[in-house]
Amino acid sequence: MALLEIRNVTRRFGDFVAVDGVSLSIGAGEFFTLLGPSGCGKTTLLRMIAGFDAPDGGAILLDGQDMTGVPPEARDIHTVFQSYALFPHMTVADNIAFPLRMAKCPPGEIPARVEEALDDVSLPGMGKRFPNELSGGQRQRVAVARALINRPKLLLLDEPLAALDAKLRERMQLELITLQKEIGITFVYVTHDQEEALALSHRIAVMNKGKVEQLDEPAKIYGFPKNRFVADFIGECNLFDCTVAAHDAGGLDLAIEGLGKVRSAGAENVVQGAKGTLALRPEKVAIGRELNAADCVNRFHGKVFDYLYTGDVTLYIVEVEGGQRVEVMLPNNAVGRSSKFFEPGDAVQIGWRDDAGHYLHD
Amino acid sequence: MNARAQKWLVSGPPLVYLLFFFAIPTLIMVVASFRFPGDYDPLAPIFGTGNPDEVAGLTLESYQRFFADPIYLELFLKSFLYATATTLLCLLLAYPLALMIARSPKRYRDILVLLVILPFWSNFLIRVYAWMIILGEQSVFAKGFNGFLGLFGLDPMPLLFTPLAVLIGLVYVHLPFMVLPLYANLEKHDPALLDAAQDLGAPAWQRFWRITFPLSLPGVYAGAALVFIPALGIFAIPDLLGGTDGILIGNLIKQQFLEARDWPFGGVLSMVLTAAAIGFAGIAAWFARRQRV
Ligand SMILES: Nc1ncnc2c1ncn2[C@@H]1O[C@H](COP(=O)(O)OP(=O)(O)OP(=O)(O)O)[C@@H](O)[C@H]1O
Ligand SMILES: [Mg+2]
Repeated sequence: MALLEIRNVTRRFGDFVAVDGVSLSIGAGEFFTLLGPSGCGKTTLLRMIAGFDAPDGGAILLDGQDMTGVPPEARDIHTVFQSYALFPHMTVADNIAFPLRMAKCPPGEIPARVEEALDDVSLPGMGKRFPNELSGGQRQRVAVARALINRPKLLLLDEPLAALDAKLRERMQLELITLQKEIGITFVYVTHDQEEALALSHRIAVMNKGKVEQLDEPAKIYGFPKNRFVADFIGECNLFDCTVAAHDAGGLDLAIEGLGKVRSAGAENVVQGAKGTLALRPEKVAIGRELNAADCVNRFHGKVFDYLYTGDVTLYIVEVEGGQRVEVMLPNNAVGRSSKFFEPGDAVQIGWRDDAGHYLHD
Repeated sequence: MNARAQKWLVSGPPLVYLLFFFAIPTLIMVVASFRFPGDYDPLAPIFGTGNPDEVAGLTLESYQRFFADPIYLELFLKSFLYATATTLLCLLLAYPLALMIARSPKRYRDILVLLVILPFWSNFLIRVYAWMIILGEQSVFAKGFNGFLGLFGLDPMPLLFTPLAVLIGLVYVHLPFMVLPLYANLEKHDPALLDAAQDLGAPAWQRFWRITFPLSLPGVYAGAALVFIPALGIFAIPDLLGGTDGILIGNLIKQQFLEARDWPFGGVLSMVLTAAAIGFAGIAAWFARRQRV
């Protein structure tokens, strides 16, 4: 049985539907992520799970028990808030001890458990400090330690790393993964950062406008986006409007304006003449002065229009002869020379295998 | 212009003001408390003309008088008790009000604060006279109150010119001075802290007791100082609402200056009152500073 069942939950603010018939089932020990653009209803859904807000329709079940009418303080669910919400008038130790005191833990046990919790988040001996004497990363760890100390069934995290700089964020991601694995508590993690979601999660629910667009493992979400929104939202992606020109057992022939005929892997329930989208990740497109025909069935000549150098990779925008622009990613893995291979205006050939792209129904 | 000069320029006018209207008068009172009362003038001269019948110079006589008769210290104690009771009652009444204003929707808050300070727009004495009418024997309020007592078979009791009337007046007059600093503090509280406390298992009263109240202590201390110190020296309210034995230390001081024309003794009483007020302000400041927010 799932630890957390969200059944057809809806939340409206006036006419506006913030969460629209969301159903999710989250298992014990899972690291589950709600991913979506700003305003898609992630926080609203999280607040309903925590009990700060009530659904207008549907039900939320924790361990098979309907949570309707159960106030936040009575739910075995803790939250790490984006602002951390550490109590400024209490020491770090008192902050972390707070849930224990609320749960009437014997006072004698508290100091040892607090020290243990501080060790868990690598802040040993910091108990006597006040929150305003900590760095952002340290505060974040205190917030996590406080939320986990009496081992709730479920931990909710609302963009807990959003306030940290990129380097620290990466380190905290690793620490969160390790911590979650060690203590085995179910995490429901909210973020609008797709890289973070891909790196951390066992499963991801991609949300848009209050609805779940796709629910899958990270590799599936990235590799096999279900629709145009998911393909576009997760990572860089070429999205070409296309028409199915022909289909056979081996795959599809797609007609794309400004590009021509493209061979693509098959999809279910395709009919000739159907309109859809070809999703093609830039890193799956090869680029060179001249490409080897055996590698790519889809090959097009064009000119480099522009590029974006980002250190580890360069993203080229290539304008093919038909006029369509295609994004191509090339790792800067050459040794001992400038990592720029092409300049704007260079004549190049680009190409990709038939199974590189991904046909999406409209 | 360097920062130092700027500092002096900015703090200059208030410093001059305080020097003239606080430091110098206080100093005059300090000196007056060591002088003799005069026969015709309120004060005898410090430097005599040498005439043996003339009273002149400095003396501890008035201080001796103050400490010799316990009635004066008792009056201080009584004033202290009234001021304490006023402070506590104000706190009890103001806290829920300030909390309610701070938690009401933003668009109503300013109006509610305005309502709190609205009484300041009419004269203080007029408002106290209004209380004389409200508490007077013939008022609807007094009749209702005594009717209520009658239900329990109790004798009617007068309201006006009683210690109760003084206390009501003191609380009424000082209430806004408690509400405003409390509101200013409570309004700044981060609501996320209460969410966090609730999320971590704290029911409503624990959230108040462990989060809201401790965080509001600086406001409590500020309000307490703003109420306690003026309440300690007030004379108009006991004058108007108190009975014949209703006087407080402020009344005695006023009497010494205006009726008995014994400035040295009035000076002594003022000095003791000022010392007490500074003492309490210091205690409040010390408590407030211990609080980290
Ligand atoms: N109390 C409320 N009253 C009215 N509208 C609200 C309320 N709370 C949220 N909304 C609306 O619901 C939508 C979803 O909000 P929510 O906070 O859940 O977004 P989010 O996905 O968490 O976004 P972000 O990534 O920016 O935090 C938003 O359009 C927001 O304006
Ligand atoms: Mg949010």
